[in-house]
Amino acid sequence: MLRLARKRWLIRAFRKRRELRPVSDRTGQIGADDILVFSTLRNERVRLPFFLNYYRELGVNHFLMVDNDSDDGGREYLASQPDVSLWTTAASYKRSRFGVDWLNWLQRKYGHEHWCLVVDPDEFFVYPFCDTRPLRALTDWLDASSIKSFSAMLLDMYPKGPFDSQPYREGQDPFEIAQWFDSGNYTIERNRKFGNLWIQGGPRARMFFGDLPERAPALNKIPLVKWHRSYAYASSTHMLLPRGLNQVYDEWGGEKASGVLLHAKFLDTFARKAEEEMERKQHYANSHEYRAYRLAMAKEPDLWCKWSEKYINWRQLEILGLMSKGNWA
Amino acid sequence: MTVGFIMLCHTALDRAAQVARHWAGHDCPVVIHVDKRVKRKAYDGLVQALADLPNVSFSGRHACEWGTWGIVAATQEAATIMLRQFPQVRHVYLSSGSCLPLRPVAELIRYLDERPRTDFIESVTTEDVGWTIGGLDVERFTLRFPFSWRKQRRLFDSYVRLQRRLGFKRRIPAGIVPHLGSQWWCLTRQTLSAILDNPERNEIDSYFRRVWIPDESYFQTLVRQVSANVESRSLPLSKFDFQGKPHIFYDDHLQILRRSDCFVARKIWPHADRLYATFLSDDTGNQAAAEPNPGKIDRLFARAVERRTKGRAGLYMQSRHPNENWENGRTAAPYSVFEGFSDLFENFETWLGKATGTRVHGHLFAPDRVHFAGGDTVYNGAMSDSAAMRDYNPKSFLTNLIWNTRGERQCFQFGPADNQDLIWFMAGDSNAQISVISGAWAIPLFHSNRNFGEIRREAAQLQKIEAEFLNVLRASWVKARVRTWTLAEFVENPMEPLQTIVDEISPRSLRRLTEAPRLADLTGFGQFLQNLRNQGMQPVLMGDFPATGGLPNTTSRRGRPYLVK
Repeated sequence: MLRLARKRWLIRAFRKRRELRPVSDRTGQIGADDILVFSTLRNERVRLPFFLNYYRELGVNHFLMVDNDSDDGGREYLASQPDVSLWTTAASYKRSRFGVDWLNWLQRKYGHEHWCLVVDPDEFFVYPFCDTRPLRALTDWLDASSIKSFSAMLLDMYPKGPFDSQPYREGQDPFEIAQWFDSGNYTIERNRKFGNLWIQGGPRARMFFGDLPERAPALNKIPLVKWHRSYAYASSTHMLLPRGLNQVYDEWGGEKASGVLLHAKFLDTFARKAEEEMERKQHYANSHEYRAYRLAMAKEPDLWCKWSEKYINWRQLEILGLMSKGNWA
Repeated sequence: MTVGFIMLCHTALDRAAQVARHWAGHDCPVVIHVDKRVKRKAYDGLVQALADLPNVSFSGRHACEWGTWGIVAATQEAATIMLRQFPQVRHVYLSSGSCLPLRPVAELIRYLDERPRTDFIESVTTEDVGWTIGGLDVERFTLRFPFSWRKQRRLFDSYVRLQRRLGFKRRIPAGIVPHLGSQWWCLTRQTLSAILDNPERNEIDSYFRRVWIPDESYFQTLVRQVSANVESRSLPLSKFDFQGKPHIFYDDHLQILRRSDCFVARKIWPHADRLYATFLSDDTGNQAAAEPNPGKIDRLFARAVERRTKGRAGLYMQSRHPNENWENGRTAAPYSVFEGFSDLFENFETWLGKATGTRVHGHLFAPDRVHFAGGDTVYNGAMSDSAAMRDYNPKSFLTNLIWNTRGERQCFQFGPADNQDLIWFMAGDSNAQISVISGAWAIPLFHSNRNFGEIRREAAQLQKIEAEFLNVLRASWVKARVRTWTLAEFVENPMEPLQTIVDEISPRSLRRLTEAPRLADLTGFGQFLQNLRNQGMQPVLMGDFPATGGLPNTTSRRGRPYLVK
């Protein structure tokens, strides 16, 4: 059954390829061992410089991005970047299963046998030793250990005080503003069908979904995969097929290595985004999430509480148990 | 006299060239073997890069698939060339292309000069090894392995099973006592030549050709026949993880590698620029002639393996989600659960906090909200007090709380009116200390100002729930430290059980309790129970309360009973 589902998604991705129009195709530059980033975006211009530099510094070689009809100049900016291949589409984000179909297609075409990192422009990958070892050290180690997929749960970062009290400047490290996170309120459930874990919690669940915890957004992600053309993301980067790739956790008491995606969603850009997304109605579950935000936003929320943890580095996240070195030393 | 290096290379040839140049430059001859699967162009590049060095040779190329004979054949050929071409060599050091010298070559030469007859090779009998892959030790020598372990795992495994079932055994040639050990060694010319020039070598080789992972057994076995002085350890610093793969060193290991005093480390990540730059420069500080001391690194890697195999007790996260009973500890630290105490005593929570110096919560699993200590709405780890969120995943709630508060013992109240989802989980948790005064839930009912019919209904329900809890606590699989008293028992002598519980929570304080918590007023409670009985509800969990009068022992010490010692 799952094999059929995977085939269906791959066919779907194949059909959706026609929605993508290349803006600047530099995929010819991609070398055999290159590490690739795949991303979809819409109106994220102000975030792009820091995003690209962050991943360049980790050692990403090429970016493959889908622009969903931006009108803020982001498309032009990306088209001018030497290591970015860009496609654009005005088609429905929702009907491409929130961009998954588009990226599945690009990954099938360009990601085969590459380490592929799938992240949004507001997600920043942190892994064990990321302050001293480049991303290639990790992927080499994963290769040597015969590991094909690497987990990095989404960690919502937020500022102290209202979101708009400190405006985000282009090029700025967003975590100078959104320095705080929830360290220990995550719930975990196993999804028997796909074999992945379903993680919820964090400030969004705490503030916006206190009465409806089952509606809180999923935080489990498997963004880094040694891609094969027969693989497919099933739902965002939360789960993959074939389902063996979702086995990123140890079931016998041990810890596998894992990282974290720092989520810089809650900046001053958030209120605008929430309004816009509500109007487009292009998000998951009838944009229920954004509806909850808008309600809460009217009250000028402060996600910060006295138990909020201030971000220092990956070792802190490791000690808190949000990620693990596994047996990488 | 000097030492010659054999280098087995298959990737990162530029790094291999760098290291070869370093050794050759210090008058140590080098013989390089490059895996046949490496592309011709890359190989030629390496040969070219080292062409100016007279004491670097290349040996004929064999395909070195892991676990196969090719590696031994390559080593034999390279060793033969080394012994023939470089007569000044006394010790031959087998290393890989990803090895890196950590100490000046002169120190290694001096070290070996002081031990001219010693062979450094890990060589252990099959009974004594605990690290073999796939659980195969002596069977490496007695079964056949025509299938690749890496590429045809299923065939490999089933063929091994088949041979075991049929009782198939290869004969081990006479005079060969199987030994195993690390692939990397440092042997003297005498020993090595005795192995290579053995008149029966053809026979021995044809036997080992079909042994599994011969590079970990060929020299390790044969050295026992010819050497008088085997130091069973491998000179290169090389640690293996739980899958039998070597740990890799990165730039951030620089300090720990320096302090290890080992001569050579493997394996180094090819892009570890700082390690290569530091250790291949000639000014690496001149330490005293210290013995190699890999203890620190051993501990580092041992911890990593333990993290991978055992993990942190009580942690549930994205890459650790143990199946039931595989948790190595369901929760992170000891905690205490009190049922009935806050009903019987008016100020139990504050009293307990003072007596034990722990964090004492109210009813964490209460239906209205989570009653964190001090009435907090958010708690350690930014946990919410929303009952809906807690009930959405009570197990995550409890394990999170205990994990977040590591280092500070948590106590909380529990009762039959609370969410009961976790009673099995807690009963099976060796970190839980569960103390129950059964039937104490009736006291608040007794004090309440409600219609008796309502009280009766609720009493029946609470009694049923608590009876179920007590039932679970009596099961044979219970791992929690459980104590139960009926209300009547407890009231008769409250101080002794309290003292026991407090001693267990804070064993070091060893103080006698001087102050007891304040008992609720129980005057007329016996009559209340009798009324319940008269109304057709049988209160059984309280023990024997006389229908009239006050407490069973009639001391009715109200207020603060100070304990007389």
